[in-house]
Amino acid sequence: MTAITSDSEQEMPASRQSYWRSEEHLRRVRRRHAADRRLQAYGIAAIALAVGLLGVLVSSLVATGAQGFLQTDLRLEVRIDPAEIDAEDPSRGDYRQLLMNSLDALLPGERPPGEQRKLRDLLSNGAQFQLRDEVVDDPGLIGQTLEITIPVSDPFDQLAKGTVLRETPEAQRRVSDQQIAWFDGLVEQGVVSTGFNWALFISPDSRFPELAGLAGALVGSFFALLVCFLLSFPIGIAAAVYLEEFAPKNRWTDLIEVNINNLAAVPSVVFGLLGLAVFLNFFGLPRSVPLVGGMVLALMTLPTIIISTRAALKAVPPSIREAALGVGASRQQVVLHHVLPLALPGIMTGTIIGLAQALGETAPLLLIGMNAFITSPPGGLTDAATALPTQIFIWADSPERGFTALTAAGILVLLGFLILMNAVAVFLRQRFERKW
Amino acid sequence: MSALETSRDTPDDALGSRAPKVVARGVDVFYGKAQALYGVDLDIAEHEVTALIGPSGCGKSTFLRCLNRMNDVIEGCRVEGRITLDGQDIYDRSLDVVQLRARIGMVFQKPNPFPKSVYDNIAYGPRIHGIGAGKAELDEIVETSLRRAGLWEEVKDRLAEPGTGLSGGQQQRLCIARAIAVDPEVILMDEPCSALDPIATARIEELIDELRENFTIVIVTHSMQQAARVSRRTAFFHLGKLVEVGETEQMFTNPRDERTQGYITGRFG
Repeated sequence: MTAITSDSEQEMPASRQSYWRSEEHLRRVRRRHAADRRLQAYGIAAIALAVGLLGVLVSSLVATGAQGFLQTDLRLEVRIDPAEIDAEDPSRGDYRQLLMNSLDALLPGERPPGEQRKLRDLLSNGAQFQLRDEVVDDPGLIGQTLEITIPVSDPFDQLAKGTVLRETPEAQRRVSDQQIAWFDGLVEQGVVSTGFNWALFISPDSRFPELAGLAGALVGSFFALLVCFLLSFPIGIAAAVYLEEFAPKNRWTDLIEVNINNLAAVPSVVFGLLGLAVFLNFFGLPRSVPLVGGMVLALMTLPTIIISTRAALKAVPPSIREAALGVGASRQQVVLHHVLPLALPGIMTGTIIGLAQALGETAPLLLIGMNAFITSPPGGLTDAATALPTQIFIWADSPERGFTALTAAGILVLLGFLILMNAVAVFLRQRFERKW
Repeated sequence: MSALETSRDTPDDALGSRAPKVVARGVDVFYGKAQALYGVDLDIAEHEVTALIGPSGCGKSTFLRCLNRMNDVIEGCRVEGRITLDGQDIYDRSLDVVQLRARIGMVFQKPNPFPKSVYDNIAYGPRIHGIGAGKAELDEIVETSLRRAGLWEEVKDRLAEPGTGLSGGQQQRLCIARAIAVDPEVILMDEPCSALDPIATARIEELIDELRENFTIVIVTHSMQQAARVSRRTAFFHLGKLVEVGETEQMFTNPRDERTQGYITGRFG
């Protein structure tokens, strides 16, 4: 200002238009472009790193876990010898001997009792019970010859899958040279086959990897999620509807809101401790049961459901509420007839994501004892059970070689369920999302 | 004090022999600490159209929303004074606000049909109020309402389609049909044509003229031409005060207040 008034010759300030063509400005432009490109490169690098790590994780899981989905089986012709099995009480016969008889037939030769025991190690511990169950189901089989497919025991399963190496010195591996020779003999006779490991889905947990499965954990997780859903869905929606549609805006509701948001960030192990102290110790509910597991998971899921429900309610435009009020709907009718139905897709999405989180949650379940060794699937909400993540935790802790693959396979099953649930959430969002 | 009382008993412009349907006396409205309306006295005559005009933020919509207590749902909004419908105080504690809103219907600025079928949009009000017991009776209500809103011929084959799929003008007429489906005594319209094109606007204005026979209509409008076309009486609001009210023709040809004069001649607005 002063420059202009003091210099009356020059009425306008010096033109800076030449600046736009100057070398100085062009350098600035080049620097700006370089900065843009750098920023973009950082972003791409970060995403590439994340995707790469995820890829490594999943591929290592698939590489390890793939074996868990396969099982080496033995197909044996077993004669149900009436001399061994009493037709009156078929459940008490010596079925292991019957299996050994057919193995002897396949691998002829005299063996001292010690050697015989080593041969027996080829068979899974569960094989005799599998045979017994078939005979008990159909006593007419006694005296006949039955073809049965039974799993081989874990060391030989690992041998077939190549995890136990023949090159390893005999003293350092679980199977002896003699046992390998027998196994190869069986392979030559074509009775060894590799099939899908159905036991992974239909059997409960076991000490033997070839028998262990996720059935108990799947049912346990299902029950726990059911309880979690039944508790957190109605309570969460009721809380969210009250806070969003009815509550006055004052210091108390602000406080509640802040606390709900904070609750969503509380470490899950804390909820487990709460469940332990309140549900088990104070209310005396049973340990290790899906009912308590579901209640603890519900505590964790509630904030997620409340927050997503409130967001979904907020997204319903006020004009719909006004329209309903304008024709004389009560506030309850406005909420039940208009706002909630319109918010439902968003609520469902939030609920599914909350349940998916709950499905993968391990720490709270450990604290209430859902990591017990349980060999039968739970029959109800108050039967002791494990859940998918705690079953994986137990297997990861087991020393047998076969559990390494089972752990990875269990993780893949869990991831499969999580992807499925998230896919349902995405589908719901896309299918029912409304543009205003 | 007595002078004030007298002034409140006789508003600026008497209705003459026409019966007042809605009477407002000394209405003050506060949004939190800010006052939006200052002592509004206004009589609204039965079975005619009253237009509320004035520049943006003058309080005309606020006043309109006082008449069916839509301001109740706004956090921190307080209404003082007295508003009566047929002599009954609508802010009385014993009055059921839901029933009041059924008696005083409302049409909003932006068409806001429910995201439901055309049929359900109309049938919703009767259903929640228990009007029209059977399907046949409800069908009849839907048809008459749509006919009165001049929409029947356009949508009679699309009753099951969503109301949100209609054009803007059709949506607004659907909202009018929805409002009249519960047979209100008064219909409040808050700038019903501001989101519509001129043809749809003309259609709504015609409709307002027809509805006047059966309903008392209060319309807020930004357009002075619209006020002149559809209303018999006009009230001019400015800065939260009711400046002048009178017969529309007199207001536009010979306003008493210079602020009214200034507004209708376009000196501010």
